[in-house]
Amino acid sequence: MDQRSSFYTEEEGKSMKVRTLYVLVLFVLAFSTTGCGKKEAGQPAAEQPAATKTVDPATAGTVAGSVKFEGTPPKPVRIRMDADAACARLHKGPVFADEVAVSPGGALANVVVYVKSGLDGYSFPKPTETVVLDQKGCMYRPRVIALQTGQTLEVLNSDDTTHNIHPVPNINREWNRSQPPRGEKIVESFAREEVAIAVKCNIHPWMKSYIAVVKHPYFKVTGSDGTFELKGLPPGVYTLEAWHETLGISTQQVTLGANETKSVSFVFQGG
Amino acid sequence: MRPRMNTVHQRALHRYAVLTACATLVLLAAGALVTSNDAGLAVPDWPLSYGSLWPPLVGGILYEHGHRLVAGFVGLLTIGLAVWLQLREPRAWVRRLGWAALGAVVAQGLLGGITVLFYLPPAVSIAHATLAQMFFASVVSLSVFTGRWWQAEQQQLADHGSPSLLTLSRLVLAAILAQLVLGAAYRHNVLGIVGHLVGAGVVVALAVYIARAIRNRFPQVAALRRAARVLLALVGLQVLLGGGAYWAIWGTQSAPQPMPAMVYLTVAHLALGALTLAAAVVVALRAQRLLRPVAAEQLAGVARFEQGAAR
Repeated sequence: MDQRSSFYTEEEGKSMKVRTLYVLVLFVLAFSTTGCGKKEAGQPAAEQPAATKTVDPATAGTVAGSVKFEGTPPKPVRIRMDADAACARLHKGPVFADEVAVSPGGALANVVVYVKSGLDGYSFPKPTETVVLDQKGCMYRPRVIALQTGQTLEVLNSDDTTHNIHPVPNINREWNRSQPPRGEKIVESFAREEVAIAVKCNIHPWMKSYIAVVKHPYFKVTGSDGTFELKGLPPGVYTLEAWHETLGISTQQVTLGANETKSVSFVFQGG
Repeated sequence: MRPRMNTVHQRALHRYAVLTACATLVLLAAGALVTSNDAGLAVPDWPLSYGSLWPPLVGGILYEHGHRLVAGFVGLLTIGLAVWLQLREPRAWVRRLGWAALGAVVAQGLLGGITVLFYLPPAVSIAHATLAQMFFASVVSLSVFTGRWWQAEQQQLADHGSPSLLTLSRLVLAAILAQLVLGAAYRHNVLGIVGHLVGAGVVVALAVYIARAIRNRFPQVAALRRAARVLLALVGLQVLLGGGAYWAIWGTQSAPQPMPAMVYLTVAHLALGALTLAAAVVVALRAQRLLRPVAAEQLAGVARFEQGAAR
């Protein structure tokens, strides 16, 4: 039966929608607190036996080799720096992304080659040298770096614009710091082995870098010649890993005798 | 018969509520621009930006700080709305909704700060996105409640169908809200796309169902039919935009930076999602205003009979 109606009365006006809104707001606020907290540095490592062995230089050997790319490299994609006029001014011509840097002979740069396993029980001193990551031409230089756990990283800003350095680790401590033009260097380190930590600049989204953190000194980032050399390795059986940011990883087993030099090659396939 | 309340439609207040809702839609789009441009942490400090109210607006800072500026403006509008309602609105429940909306926008600001200071924890980012939509729904509701149509006398209509349109309209609203949460979970890399696709199917089915139910049961009620048509059209457009946005995301995933096509399509998809939620709110409120399920009527009739027999 139809009825004439006017406004809701006071009681009817306590619309379910209002109560529902209260409840949902409280629920959302309660739910959100479960996600709070800075990203912690992952689970504590399982108990490892104490590292007591040291490398004997009298028996140490070398693993050397090269990393090549076979196939057609992906077409370089142009980077647009219009979002910051200070960046655009730094380049007279077009700038291209350099994820896959292949030299004319097929040598692949920016590959981290390191000993993934085989060094259990060895202890290594923390290096005193610093590793430098610069921001130049609104690009991270070098694109890929590697350092040891606890080793000092210095981040420089050689540009006339503010940058924001934001490593996004999985198991290390995350941080996000801004750096004014040609400002004071940022000094940091990473406590856990992680290959590799992506670094981005949230102001300039095309800027990307990778930091490989390794717990021993046997690592190398290939240059434009694609070569690497891991000196001073004790005799043993090792798994070597070659890591590339987009091409993935490749591993090889190497058995190294005393004072031996072994040669290893890695090949990454393209499309 | 419902007792009449003596209120006068306040056009200026209604227009102010509508302005707040429109500004909120702009704010939602500004927030979407932040996420699509991966600029959420372009400003590492909060509530100031690089220690200032006006940092250099370059790159990601433009989106992140721009979002904060629009949020501040919406916050001020909401304070004004809550105070104006408190001073001039005779219906207490509307006044309370105004204060609830203000509470929600303050909570939104805090959630935004938490996302920055704690490096975008996914649960907080999703909560921030969800509360944004719910706040938008609340200011849309206030726009409806302060409007002339709501405050005019309306003919009460009996809904003989099952499920009732009231129930259906609330189901549609809940489904759209759930779909928005699933979309936020996908955007913040918590869930894959499958849940959001399934949710889209559910929303489409419910929108078609309710539009048909309204057409069949109340073909002459223009207020309901228009609202249902708008809802259906927005849902259809949203499905197309969603497909476009997904195509753009996957097509540009190896690009060195967020590409314009991906940014524009994802932002449009999010903004239209908010409008779809608003349309569902309007359908639900109009159903609430006009319809009385027959089952409720019958129970009321039985209660009156028993009261009469007891005397």
